[in-house]
Amino acid sequence: MTDQTGVIVAEGTTGPEAAETVGQAQSLTQEAWRELRRNPLFVISLILITVFIVMAIFPSLFTNADPNKAILKLSNSAPSKDAWFGRDLQGYDVLARTVYGARASIIVGIMTTLVTGFLGVLIGTIAAYYGGILDTLVMRLTDIFFAIPFLLGGILFMSTFPNDVNSSYWSVVGKVVLALSILGWPSIARLMRGAVLQVKPNDYVQAARALGASPWRIIRSHILPNAMAPVMVVSMINLGAYIAAEASLSFLGIGLVPPAISWGVAISDSLNLIRTAPWILIFPSIFLSLAVLAFIMLGDAVRDAFDPKGR
Amino acid sequence: MPEVILKATDLVKHYPIKGGILRRTVGHVKAVDGVSFELLKGETLGVVGESGCGKSTLGRLLMRLEEPTSGSVEFEGRDMHKQSSSDMRRMRRDIQIVFQDPYTSLNPRKTVGDIIGEPFEIHPDAVPKGGRRRAVQELLEKVGLNPEHINRFPHQFSGGQRQRIGIARGIALNPKVLICDEPVSALDVSVQAQVVNLMEKLQNELGLSYVFIAHDLSVVRHISDRVAVMYLGKIAELGEEDEVYDRPTHPYTQALLSAVPVPDPTLRGKREQIVLTGDVPSPANPPAGCRFHTRCWRAQDLCKTEVPPLEPRPDGVGAHLSACHFAEVRAIIETARADNSGLIFDKGISDPAAPSDSVDSGAPVGAGAERTSLATADIADAGVDALRAGPIDHQVADQAQTVIRESDTPRA
Repeated sequence: MTDQTGVIVAEGTTGPEAAETVGQAQSLTQEAWRELRRNPLFVISLILITVFIVMAIFPSLFTNADPNKAILKLSNSAPSKDAWFGRDLQGYDVLARTVYGARASIIVGIMTTLVTGFLGVLIGTIAAYYGGILDTLVMRLTDIFFAIPFLLGGILFMSTFPNDVNSSYWSVVGKVVLALSILGWPSIARLMRGAVLQVKPNDYVQAARALGASPWRIIRSHILPNAMAPVMVVSMINLGAYIAAEASLSFLGIGLVPPAISWGVAISDSLNLIRTAPWILIFPSIFLSLAVLAFIMLGDAVRDAFDPKGR
Repeated sequence: MPEVILKATDLVKHYPIKGGILRRTVGHVKAVDGVSFELLKGETLGVVGESGCGKSTLGRLLMRLEEPTSGSVEFEGRDMHKQSSSDMRRMRRDIQIVFQDPYTSLNPRKTVGDIIGEPFEIHPDAVPKGGRRRAVQELLEKVGLNPEHINRFPHQFSGGQRQRIGIARGIALNPKVLICDEPVSALDVSVQAQVVNLMEKLQNELGLSYVFIAHDLSVVRHISDRVAVMYLGKIAELGEEDEVYDRPTHPYTQALLSAVPVPDPTLRGKREQIVLTGDVPSPANPPAGCRFHTRCWRAQDLCKTEVPPLEPRPDGVGAHLSACHFAEVRAIIETARADNSGLIFDKGISDPAAPSDSVDSGAPVGAGAERTSLATADIADAGVDALRAGPIDHQVADQAQTVIRESDTPRA
């Protein structure tokens, strides 16, 4: 209620622009979108994310070099006209390796977010909507998962199902996604449960019940649209965290393993040469940081737009 | 005698209080504790009482939004709480609800068309698919809203307009009974009158029966044919509107009515006020015997042990239902009489169809406000008291410290 009046007041103060928007149908989502477009953080993060996603899909747009072409005689050579980011110990082009490494990070980030989001929303909604013993069981289960430290759990999972050189790219990526998802869904489920519990007692849900709507209909058209905002925001922020977690696991040698190309693997390989050839470390690190930062900034901006109290 | 459409028999709803680590039930909140009444076809039954007396729980039980602890609700002779889910769905077409708070009763992410059209989607046989948009627009027109606003969202409407949307959703399926759970309590006084007028108009057009739950005594008197007064989960008094308002026999009703502000300034201070001592007892541990005996100036030993049945007791002219061992008429000096408040209501602040409470019509706010304020000026002056006559929730509690009694009232 306060947020809606707040929105109207905010519109009224924007001058001539307001006059033409009053009277048009505007959903809360549309108003949040208007708010977002004016947020520089949002624009910057969106541009960064777009670049990274394009990089993941079409890496050849960003470099002509072959990431798997090792020129040993140029091992550890400094950045030059031929190889802008220099070359690593194997003589690989660091620019090409970094650009091609985006794919693994983006895939792991997006897939993990989708899987945790789906599981968390499903389980959290069911627990909150039906309540009772089901709710108690699910929440105690999430407690158990919360007791396992994220990285430690990931290490445990990955070392239980180790990769070898013959593992296909997708099975390696799939394993990392699975490990992160198993540890990531409980936080989303809890968040979703809380949001559903908040929406459920609203009179419009009762009104739908009074009309004879089925539970599925109530959940789909009344509860989910009103309870999804916090999960969407946290998922976006988590996406950045999953990318960082993937890099951490790869850095430890148990996430993605060569021949898969990944920022984490590259950072791991660079450590021994940190003094002699720092470019091997710096460029993948910058890309990794930018990617994580972009998703966290996006999540922040979206949260601000959907949460009127922060305005 | 018109037929009974809705009948509640010994309706009881107890909510368990859970305590301790093991969440054991340590007690019950007796929200509704043995309520029986009949609603006749085409009539309006007002239900009044303080906050927490179980009015809203009663409404939810009548809608089967809650399952009763015991007792039954019969709709057209069929026990509602024994229906299978598919029969219940069908029955819901005939009994609908309007909620109190127009800000939480409409889904903020749906357009008005979606909200009012939802009943048709849940009951697809009500209106053929192609005609739904048309049907929604007709409903909008019927409740005095612009049919072109079908694609707007709830936050673009004012409180009064939102309540009209809620009413449109309630009547979409052409129900026979509409449960109104404090439908005007959250609205401005001037808008209250418009919405009440709208509800009366709809009742005449559609032959609806209303259960009108409210705490505003004057609004209830204006709209109701019969009135039930509730106290701590039980009905204290039930009768025709003039029986309850002019010849109340239950001390609680008398106290409530005496707290209604007098609209005529010359009469102010001249009438006697009954101010109750103490607070409403907790519904988790209601007093034995008559629920009201702890605060009643007429209570005697019998009241502490024996629950007074709700039965016809003489009121001077005839007899109506009252749950007091010592029921006796007592003249309550002029409250908001029906003709007083009626004057205000019927003259109308403005035509209820006119969108005078719109804030988003695109016109400059100043002009619209001026028009409305001119129209409402008289009411603001003369009628606010009458309309607002019964915010009994606060009144009784605030004045509870002092006792003013008639000298001849027997003391317990």
